Amino acid sequence: MSVAETHGKSYSGTSQDPTIKTLTMNFGPQHPAAHGVLRMVMEMDGEVVERLDPHIGLLHRGTEKLIEYKTYLQAIPYFDRLDYVAPMAQEHAFVLATEKLLGIQPPIRGQYMRVLFDEISRILNHLLNVPAYAMDVGAMTPMLWAFEEREKLMEFYEGVCGARLHAAFYRVGGVHQDMPADMAAKIEEWADGFPKFIDDMESLLTENRIFKQRSVDIGIISPEDAMAWGMSGPVIRGSGIPWDLRKSQPYDVYDKMDFDIPVGKNGDCYSRYLVRVEEMRQSLKIVKQCLAEMPAGPVLSTDSKVAPPRRGDMKKSMEALIHHFKLYTEGFHVPEGETYTAVEAPKGEFGVYLVSDGSNKPYRCKIRAPGFAHLQAMDYVCKGHMLADSVAILGGFDVVFGEIDR
Amino acid sequence: MSANLEALKDLGAYIVAKFGDEIDGHELINGQLVVTVGPQNLLKLCKFLRDDAQCLFQQVSDICGVDYPDREKRFEVVYNLLSFKHNLRCRVKVNADEDTAVPSVVKIWPAANWFEREVWDMYGVFFADHPDLRRILTDYGFDGHPQRRDFPLTGYVEVRYDDEQRRVVYEPVRLTQEFRSFDFMSPWEGMTPTLPGDEKAEAQKEGDKA
Repeated sequence: MSVAETHGKSYSGTSQDPTIKTLTMNFGPQHPAAHGVLRMVMEMDGEVVERLDPHIGLLHRGTEKLIEYKTYLQAIPYFDRLDYVAPMAQEHAFVLATEKLLGIQPPIRGQYMRVLFDEISRILNHLLNVPAYAMDVGAMTPMLWAFEEREKLMEFYEGVCGARLHAAFYRVGGVHQDMPADMAAKIEEWADGFPKFIDDMESLLTENRIFKQRSVDIGIISPEDAMAWGMSGPVIRGSGIPWDLRKSQPYDVYDKMDFDIPVGKNGDCYSRYLVRVEEMRQSLKIVKQCLAEMPAGPVLSTDSKVAPPRRGDMKKSMEALIHHFKLYTEGFHVPEGETYTAVEAPKGEFGVYLVSDGSNKPYRCKIRAPGFAHLQAMDYVCKGHMLADSVAILGGFDVVFGEIDR
Repeated sequence: MSANLEALKDLGAYIVAKFGDEIDGHELINGQLVVTVGPQNLLKLCKFLRDDAQCLFQQVSDICGVDYPDREKRFEVVYNLLSFKHNLRCRVKVNADEDTAVPSVVKIWPAANWFEREVWDMYGVFFADHPDLRRILTDYGFDGHPQRRDFPLTGYVEVRYDDEQRRVVYEPVRLTQEFRSFDFMSPWEGMTPTLPGDEKAEAQKEGDKA
């Protein structure tokens, strides 16, 4: 860490007091607690943070610009690379936005598949965030345990799309492939055993004295401030606002699902932790419902102007072959229009503002990442906290730089 | 969904009744309410949208820019608002160009701070009274506004670590293959008078004559 001293107004002393100086400290961009490539310039009064200026953009890849030069199909994989902890939830926002402009509905089984894998992604995300947060405040073991569970979930990812991380599984009009035959049984089996894991992890953390000392009453956000600062997801629910897009503006088959929205009481880091743990249990409920209720049928739209033909048809039908060729070169044209479509990604409201000019490429695709709004509140939340608490607050916000820097 | 649409229609009519000529128009696009306003009336409208009991758009979900180089005022700044109370979304649009300043809404929604910085960084739209209008996503010392339509996808500079100078150096972009962008437009749908490639033959003929 590089350190520079500046004169300034101090918490304890007056600005005239020449003996007290604030200290400007650089945090990151290479730091294990920075959750990626975050650089924060902190003005410190002793160990108390007076001002905090996050510098982002070190992972900026120009995703939005690149998407403007790609067809709609080619744009989907970029969404995996935004929040790479829970890739499929991002794809969902983009395909929903495109479907809205096209005015099509995916078949019911396709919708169930998307909801099922959204919830698997949610567990995947919380399985990384909760233990990473615990590690930020000093607990090592949960991380090691959770990665084993994440591995099991990634096998489900691999089972449906062939990739553990960068899935590119959702399509405009459904999902690319149906599950393999024994997949549902495997997910079911895992879902039966998973509550035991959550209990074990909770036994390490929830009542742990050190964990509570580091998180209770740290980074309190009032409900009004949470709304004004653009927060969403577990952060706004931790502040006591029962707001979840899966309930309030349901998409796909979320309106048929029976689940509860956990809400925190105090709006501190501990509330956010509790909300995430309970969300895992609720997600599990949705996973089980999806498996039980999922009807048979196609998973991808049968509209051959949007969705490619099945492999088998291509071997026999000339028309299917032509459609395949057209869709994988030119792609489909989306009627002129614009939409802002948001989904409840594991980290919060993930929105896509999509503008189409009637061609086969998006005219503008703005990605609204939940972490972007959370991170800009760091200065406001951390003011007056200790340096070590700023790390806990950052962990509680669940930031991933793939989506913040885009 | 239809109840939602009704509510948005009512809201649109309500806003028009309150503001009259001060807003430039409102419409429903794909079931979403869009209100267009001039920069001079933006703050008044935003304050109203946040505080009025029928609106209560307490959160700005997103602010983004869109570039239409053909228009007289080429940039559009789009505010996506969310009302928790009424479970509605609303979109406010402001037209701007390089020279017009859009008033900053940071005083109304503190979350606008970084979103406006991003629009400034990406498009070069200036926000008046913004507390801290620095670049946000691009590199320190970056030149230009990369999301503009006339900014090339490949950019102008590339960086590499120079072993001799022992530091990262910036150089003009060198492409081993020319950047190609295909439009895939079918000649049956978007026929132009000259077929692609014909212009070479025409040039040859001209050359033969001369």
